[in-house]
Amino acid sequence: MDRGSARLLRSSQVVARFLVVILLTYLGLLAVTFFIGRVIPIDPVLAIVGDRAPEHVIARVREELGLNKPLWEQFYIYVSKVLHGDFGRSVLTSNPVMQDIRRTFPATFELATLGIIIGAGIGVPLGVWAAVRRGGIVDQVVRIMGLIGYSIPIFWLGLMALVVFYARLGWVSGPGRIDVVYEYTLAPVTGLLLLDSARAGEWQAFGNVLSHLILPASLLGYFSLAYISRMTRSFMLNELGQEYIVAARAKGLSETRIIWRHALRNAMVPLVTVIALSYAGLLEGSVLTETVFAWPGLGLYLTNSLQNADMNAVLGATIIVGSIFVGLNLLSDLLYQMLDPRTRAMVRR
Amino acid sequence: MTGTSEAARRADENLHQWLMSDRPRSRRQAAFGRAYATWRTFARNRLAVVGLLIVIGLALTAAFADVLSPYSPYIGDLRTTRLLPPSTAHWFGTDDQGRDILSRVIFGSRITLFVVGLVAILAAPIGLAVGTLAGYSGGLIDAALMRITDIFLAFPRLILALAFVAALGPGIGNAVIAIALTSWPPYARIARAETLTLRQADYISAVRLIGASPWRIVWRHIMPLCVSSVIVRVTLDMAGIIITAAGLGFLGLGAQPPSPEWGAMIANGRLYVLDHWWVAAAPGAAIFIVSLAFNFLGDGLRDALDPKASK
Repeated sequence: MDRGSARLLRSSQVVARFLVVILLTYLGLLAVTFFIGRVIPIDPVLAIVGDRAPEHVIARVREELGLNKPLWEQFYIYVSKVLHGDFGRSVLTSNPVMQDIRRTFPATFELATLGIIIGAGIGVPLGVWAAVRRGGIVDQVVRIMGLIGYSIPIFWLGLMALVVFYARLGWVSGPGRIDVVYEYTLAPVTGLLLLDSARAGEWQAFGNVLSHLILPASLLGYFSLAYISRMTRSFMLNELGQEYIVAARAKGLSETRIIWRHALRNAMVPLVTVIALSYAGLLEGSVLTETVFAWPGLGLYLTNSLQNADMNAVLGATIIVGSIFVGLNLLSDLLYQMLDPRTRAMVRR
Repeated sequence: MTGTSEAARRADENLHQWLMSDRPRSRRQAAFGRAYATWRTFARNRLAVVGLLIVIGLALTAAFADVLSPYSPYIGDLRTTRLLPPSTAHWFGTDDQGRDILSRVIFGSRITLFVVGLVAILAAPIGLAVGTLAGYSGGLIDAALMRITDIFLAFPRLILALAFVAALGPGIGNAVIAIALTSWPPYARIARAETLTLRQADYISAVRLIGASPWRIVWRHIMPLCVSSVIVRVTLDMAGIIITAAGLGFLGLGAQPPSPEWGAMIANGRLYVLDHWWVAAAPGAAIFIVSLAFNFLGDGLRDALDPKASK
């Protein structure tokens, strides 16, 4: 075998292994949710027919639900249903769960996206600054913000922020996504209210949406900022100690250029994966944040369903959030391999 | 007078010499010397000592909650003490049922300690067992166990814990089980990595030559050496565990009322937060301080027990 085809074989092996990992992980996710759905102490048959139903009715419903089949067959049916986007009906809203998720998801997406923009937009420069002036004031600030971010409950910080910025200072609007006045004036095109209001040219509504969004988004942004700035700092310190930096200095390049064009560009490779991971973390953090801010997103839908023991909705939302989380996790792995020029050269040839 | 202090100083000096000796004459001396050196590294980190003191304070508060709390944590006076702001009589104010919040926070420390302890007891051994088994056996067992670990690692922890609690039913015990089920994978990873380096060591080959069974090697000679790095990681995780437990309580899925669990207290305070901020403020601050303390403690323990990882 010549060298070229050996390389091809190796890179296709990398891709194949990656696909196997994705498949196994998703299968694991489905197995766990299936298991959770099975161990629930409420018998789904009794939940439908009531416990006074005659024996033959119970048997018939059990058959209709497919609960008399062997476990592996039930799992197979479950998996194929989920793959078709069928999570069953929500007891609480009596809609198909998928429809509910589609309705609530844009709110969470808008919140988490603005959060990560704030987190990365401030976190990366802050981390670079902390690394360049190591031991300085900014370095200390980054350290303390990181410690607080790891130690403070997000829902409590959200409540206290509401008290200060909404109730006392009146700088922002309170819970919810938009004031009732504007609620039905916007045509839901994308479901992202900032985009919808800007497209329609409703700048008053846009301002209102922003004043609702800014507090929870900053809160989520803070938690990703705490993580991103710490990681940026350590990646930058690693790069700044390399020999190519010494070479760049010897060439007489300006310090600004060295930091932002040379060091940060190399630090960006692991940083992209960190940002992808903290974006996934924000989706998780939004469950608690949405509860505090009465934000009508996927997180609030999940907790409302939990409190009403609406298992179809709980499992549907868990699978969706879990899938996005797993997807981002794996994507960050892949990005890492693609962005690193050393591995890229290997895959391309 | 000077004579006695001189003698005391010299006794201290001798003890220091005995502990720091390069050639300990007995096993006991070596063990004490090792502990002393660890303590000196640990004590050099001031924040870590502060963290340790706060954690000890938490344990004492939990133990003497009956003595320390000025009022009953469960029964308040609905007519006269409802939603009072902080004052000298009620340092942290009172809640909607007229209960003293300070007393409730004090009793809540018991629940926090219970959660933290139980999760550590449940999750750490699972991780340790899975990790050492995978690392020592290698091959197919290793691949299978690590795949399972990775699958659990790829999940969002809080969401998974939520789904588990939804299935098991709300309550503090189920919350603990759910958190433990979601927090063992990192420990397995660490234990496996340690095992992989240890299994090549000469002393393991020596034990194997003597004829020890694989179980004995893992149990007696590998696991004890993995314990310290797992302890470090568990301590660093404590803050996350406390916050997750409080989050479950906040969502109404952890401890149930009237239990003075801190997260559930915040959930109750949320109803009145705009006019009566203090109801939610105190339990949240308690969570923050205890989590911060565990983070400090974990950092210090890492420096003292696991010098490799501290860079």
